[in-house]
Amino acid sequence: MRLVLAALLAIAAALGAARADVPVPPLHARVTDLTGTLSPQQRSELESHIAAYEARRGSQIAVLLVPTTKPEEIEQYSIRVAEAWKIGRKGVDDGIILVVAKDDRRLRIEVGYGLEGVIPDALARRVIDERIVPRFREGDFYGGVRDGVDQLIRLAEGEKLPAPSPAPGIGRPDPMGWLVPAIIFVVVAGAIFKALLGRFPGSLATGAALGAIAWFLFGLGLALIAAVAGFFLAFANAGRGSGWSSGSGGSWGGSSGGSSSSWGGGGGGFGGGGSSGRW
Amino acid sequence: MRILLISLVAAAVLSGCGYNDFQRRDEAVKASWSEVINNYQRRADLIPNLVATVQGAADFEKSTLVELTNARASVSSIKATPELLNDPEAFAKFQAAQSQMTGALSRLLAVAENYPTLTATKEFGELRVELAGAENRIAVARGRYIKAVQEYNVLTREFPTNLTAMVFGYKVKPNFTVENEKALAVPPKVEFGKPAAK
Repeated sequence: MRLVLAALLAIAAALGAARADVPVPPLHARVTDLTGTLSPQQRSELESHIAAYEARRGSQIAVLLVPTTKPEEIEQYSIRVAEAWKIGRKGVDDGIILVVAKDDRRLRIEVGYGLEGVIPDALARRVIDERIVPRFREGDFYGGVRDGVDQLIRLAEGEKLPAPSPAPGIGRPDPMGWLVPAIIFVVVAGAIFKALLGRFPGSLATGAALGAIAWFLFGLGLALIAAVAGFFLAFANAGRGSGWSSGSGGSWGGSSGGSSSSWGGGGGGFGGGGSSGRW
Repeated sequence: MRILLISLVAAAVLSGCGYNDFQRRDEAVKASWSEVINNYQRRADLIPNLVATVQGAADFEKSTLVELTNARASVSSIKATPELLNDPEAFAKFQAAQSQMTGALSRLLAVAENYPTLTATKEFGELRVELAGAENRIAVARGRYIKAVQEYNVLTREFPTNLTAMVFGYKVKPNFTVENEKALAVPPKVEFGKPAAK
């Protein structure tokens, strides 16, 4: 298996040799080390340190060590990483990525839009120059990364951010995840209301009820949509008593990324903020 | 009921011919353009501070500073409205002014290397980092603008959406071109004693 994989990789490398940008590795963990610099223990220590911060504040931090970013500059590469990983919460954009290109002796801190206020470029530069580079010069990569991340967390603490959501790793409640429960609610409640009040008023009541719930969960904008949709759905659902028998049994695949085992970016945006350095 | 049906059919037809796509992409282009403008503005806002710092710290070569001040004046004389996007000529002018600024800035930074007392100051160091940040943000914003315009332009040219573009008069939007990329990468040679191009 490994042989086949190696052969495939070799072929891919040969094919792409003309001008292949370093691919962005898939995001599985907060610390991704493609250079084999960090020991498993060091990596898990870093991971748990960052995870604790994320649980406390809701912001996300990711670390990536690659051998090289050539032929691209580290700035070009790291913005590609940022766009692919989407570290940070959607709308809050409170992600930070530390990219180290070990053989190029270059590194970059990429700061999300939401943190550019507390970590302006000059401060990111100071973290690089004062915390990370001296350690890297001594060959202490773990120490440099740890100190750098530490300092970045301390800086990021200064920003007033929305409280972390109870579900780790996922941003705010996702309306799409509520779609199936909402449909079931409309079918069930619609049947009851329609039996009690008649078809039109019953549908109105169902829409209003769904709207009220949506208002509570997501705010007014979605609530109005939910109310109207609920009304039409209830009105169109002709069945009176046993309406829900056809409604249930649908797929539950609607909610995305609900599993907690694998970690991923929350949809944060980056605009090229941060700073680069070399050692 | 009939009105509902007609509007539904109309919606289906319009979305089928890409009308909605045009609206969405157009907004995407505008949004990414604002990002470009913001970041050019960010760079321009650093200039007064930079000039003051340089003047204060050393008996700096005058021509470089004059050139930079002129570049900033010509940049801020162009109003970067969204309408600019539908006017290739104005767009080209905007680009020329910005690349003149890029040239003036990189020249100043190069000359500054001859003044070690200046480059050693904290203010200058921080300004240099801010400038690098602004340049990087500009590069990112330009990249995203290029992508957004490309998507929009493909829509205006492809069949069948090109028919929609024809009916509604949507035109291909100007993009940053390869020549300009080169012009931006290489500091342009600027003759001194000549007023800045308007």
